[in-house]
Amino acid sequence: MADATDTTSEHADPSVPTATALGGGHTARHPRPKEYIRIALILGIITAAEVGIYYAKISRGLLIPALFFFAIVKFALVVLWFMHLRFDSRMYSRFFLMGLAGAVTLFTVVLLTFKAFSG
Amino acid sequence: MASDIAQPAGTHGAQIQHPVTSTGLPNMKLAMWLFLASDCLLFGALISTYVLYRGSSIVGPYPSDVFDIGYTSVSSFVLLASSLTMVLALSAIQRGDQARMRIWLLATAMLGMTFVGGQVYEFTTFFHHDHLSLTTNLFGTTFYVLTGFHGTHVAIGILMLLSVFGLSLGGRITQDKAETVELIGLYWHFVDIVWIIIFTVVYLIPTGK
Repeated sequence: MADATDTTSEHADPSVPTATALGGGHTARHPRPKEYIRIALILGIITAAEVGIYYAKISRGLLIPALFFFAIVKFALVVLWFMHLRFDSRMYSRFFLMGLAGAVTLFTVVLLTFKAFSG
Repeated sequence: MASDIAQPAGTHGAQIQHPVTSTGLPNMKLAMWLFLASDCLLFGALISTYVLYRGSSIVGPYPSDVFDIGYTSVSSFVLLASSLTMVLALSAIQRGDQARMRIWLLATAMLGMTFVGGQVYEFTTFFHHDHLSLTTNLFGTTFYVLTGFHGTHVAIGILMLLSVFGLSLGGRITQDKAETVELIGLYWHFVDIVWIIIFTVVYLIPTGK
């Protein structure tokens, strides 16, 4: 497995500035195909569980938190592994989280203002 | 030209080259992440609108009358599978394996087309069989706009995948251009995570009506 901090491959010129050296922390160590397949299997199992609990007649108070939990886990797995935020520079994470947190905050306020959760 | 190229190594031994930038990161990738952050706001607005008006329709059909969860679940599996083939395409080109990258890119595009085809079939069934149009009720309006925007994103992703596939046939997508595949991959996975939310919020959470 390639070392995330390895910048000394046989063709690399040590005099050439690397992205890591420039402070970006762009390590670019991406997972192997086997790891991707493992994540995809987990995603498939979680989706099957989502559909399973939808058909199981459980109370709405239990169903909705469970569905949100599964959705958040799937979201995180795709973003961290398939989109490589776990491995890439934190700058990308910051940019994406800025938009995501902005959207979640803004629209939660909107929905609370219009009492969307009261009914 | 080597003097103005940054070469972060370690991607399965691949050399991803990009010009030195003030952030130390490739500008195109940073721009893609910024675009995706802005797209969060677009889909946030559409999902919020759906949530805001859910259960507010005064005439049918209602979600429980039209949704076929089994069918949509298969569509979800298809889109998840396309995310896997997309990362496998990226992994292949990072190893310099162009043939395998083409296979996985084509597989991703085919899975995307299956998803969009499924959505077209779903819309057609809702429209002709259940008489749910964009103007029938609040559910029809918010549902078609949200899922229609998502479907359009998938369709644009398919065009990008096929474009890269075409470029690769001409030998223009080589190991040092792996970032091109990565950028399209980021867009594709974003479309996938949006569907994860839509599938939960729109299809699986019951409205009570």
